[in-house]
Amino acid sequence: MQPLLSDATLDTLFMLWWSAVYSVLIGIPVGVLLHLTDRGALLQNVVVNKVLGAIANIGRSFPFLILIVVLMPFTRFLVGTAIGPTGAVVTLTIAAIPFFARLVEAALREVDHGLVEAAQAMGGGTWTVIFKVLLPQALPALVAAVTTTVITLIGYSAIAGAVGGGGLGALAYNYGYLRYDTRLMIITVAELILIVTVVQLLGDLIVRRLAARGTRSSALRVGLRRVRTEEPTPVTEAA
Amino acid sequence: MITTTGLTKVYRSGGREVTALDGVDLHVREGEVYGVIGQSGAGKSTLIRCLNLLERPTSGTVTVAGQDLTALGGRGQRANAALRAARSHIGMVFQHFNLLSSRTVQDNVELPLEILKVGRRDRAAKALELLDLVGLADKANAYPAQLSGGQKQRVGIARALAGDPKVLLSDEATSALDPETTRSILTLLRDLNQQLGLTVVLITHEMDVVKTICDSAALMKGGRVVEQGTVAELLATPGSELARELFPVGGEPSAEDRTVVDVTFHGAAATRPVISELARTYNVDISILGAAMDTIGGKQVGRMRIELPGRFEDNVVPIGYLREQGLQVDVVDGAAADAAPATTPLQKEDAK
Repeated sequence: MQPLLSDATLDTLFMLWWSAVYSVLIGIPVGVLLHLTDRGALLQNVVVNKVLGAIANIGRSFPFLILIVVLMPFTRFLVGTAIGPTGAVVTLTIAAIPFFARLVEAALREVDHGLVEAAQAMGGGTWTVIFKVLLPQALPALVAAVTTTVITLIGYSAIAGAVGGGGLGALAYNYGYLRYDTRLMIITVAELILIVTVVQLLGDLIVRRLAARGTRSSALRVGLRRVRTEEPTPVTEAA
Repeated sequence: MITTTGLTKVYRSGGREVTALDGVDLHVREGEVYGVIGQSGAGKSTLIRCLNLLERPTSGTVTVAGQDLTALGGRGQRANAALRAARSHIGMVFQHFNLLSSRTVQDNVELPLEILKVGRRDRAAKALELLDLVGLADKANAYPAQLSGGQKQRVGIARALAGDPKVLLSDEATSALDPETTRSILTLLRDLNQQLGLTVVLITHEMDVVKTICDSAALMKGGRVVEQGTVAELLATPGSELARELFPVGGEPSAEDRTVVDVTFHGAAATRPVISELARTYNVDISILGAAMDTIGGKQVGRMRIELPGRFEDNVVPIGYLREQGLQVDVVDGAAADAAPATTPLQKEDAK
């Protein structure tokens, strides 16, 4: 049972890690595009916005179980198999992208438009606005969005496990449920709870750290972060 | 330095059209501090945002430092490279500072330099130099949240100066600040104007701001500039609302049978002590009821309300003397004297 449990844990972590990485890598650009093509925004484009929005909504309204089945041919085409943790990563990623992209869009919407305007007034273009204003300013909200997404993925991964995706979900279903191994079931669930808790705590910690920039308590960290400029900087006299 | 011709901005929303700017012709001379004053909704915010094309005018042209910005391309919200290059040499400060909370003060000032692709070392040197200029050299590593409002605006000004602009646009830069901080920021702007030869256009709804630092001013109402000119020119304009606001005089006659006269000093003739000369020459007792005077470049400008004994008919000669000195003289009748100090025209607008 011991190897069974550790294998399942590793499978789950594998699925979570890669689906989270891919969701973030694809979800952030999609979220940025959703935000920027919105009415009155920098790259206002009704067609792109509506099409992307519709795809995101469709993706989000699919029950996850159905999505797995629908995506099976695509998954097989992409990674050669529709089952196991590798197959599950594809489905999990595709389920998470629209969810995460909407969270990114919402996070960017919270960035004060005055900051965008200030960057434009300095002569900044669209890339400047995205990389120097929108993403850095929304960073705490983006980290919170990643946390929420990963936790959603944990739930999804358990469902994926039950239909051939492997991992803790599969363990709980096959051994805990079908074989009435209550002890194993409880251990599995406890482990999932542990993972969720750790992810949430970690996410919250990072968000707090980021949001604390600029408060007195972070003065020490600020000092540490800025050590690189302690090298003799040429201080020019003001005219 | 800045010229707009026939600047018009119409907003369309849901089939309704709102004209924010209605044919604005603005002339800002090089090296002056130019104030645009008006109430909320008068269009001054739209106007200043049209000056660097953050807002694209519906029609009309904007020329800054000899460059016709409206001719530079870029559709919709996006600006092309030429317009972005032009903007990087027009500084702008904002009412709510618009500093990036995720960056330190120094990094905020470096942002325009990053956009201009200045190297890391040069950026740091320039940013520290500018922070020193605005008196915040010791705050380079602080975050905006650790600063007071006045300090934030100083960072905003340092940032606006990073691209070595010839023109600084100030969008209600002091409206979120307390009176004392407002004064210190205005002093800073004035110093920068004089030290760097910076042309400053500021919009405000506070007459005090115009009074404190502006060489010229424009009054906006309903999307139009209804008055504009240097302070002296405005004073020389009979019935100028801005002049009345800038140099308010009040005071009622102390008794019957008095003549109340408003004397306006604008430049040329205002170097001599005319009031005292008048008293000596005609042997009249003059009471000063109210005065708002300022000395600009050694010349007195402003307005004064004086009272002469006797009816108007008795004072034709002394009044004629004042006119001969090149002063503008308006005889205030009883009714006007009553009404004038009670409410200022801008406040009247508010009341409606």
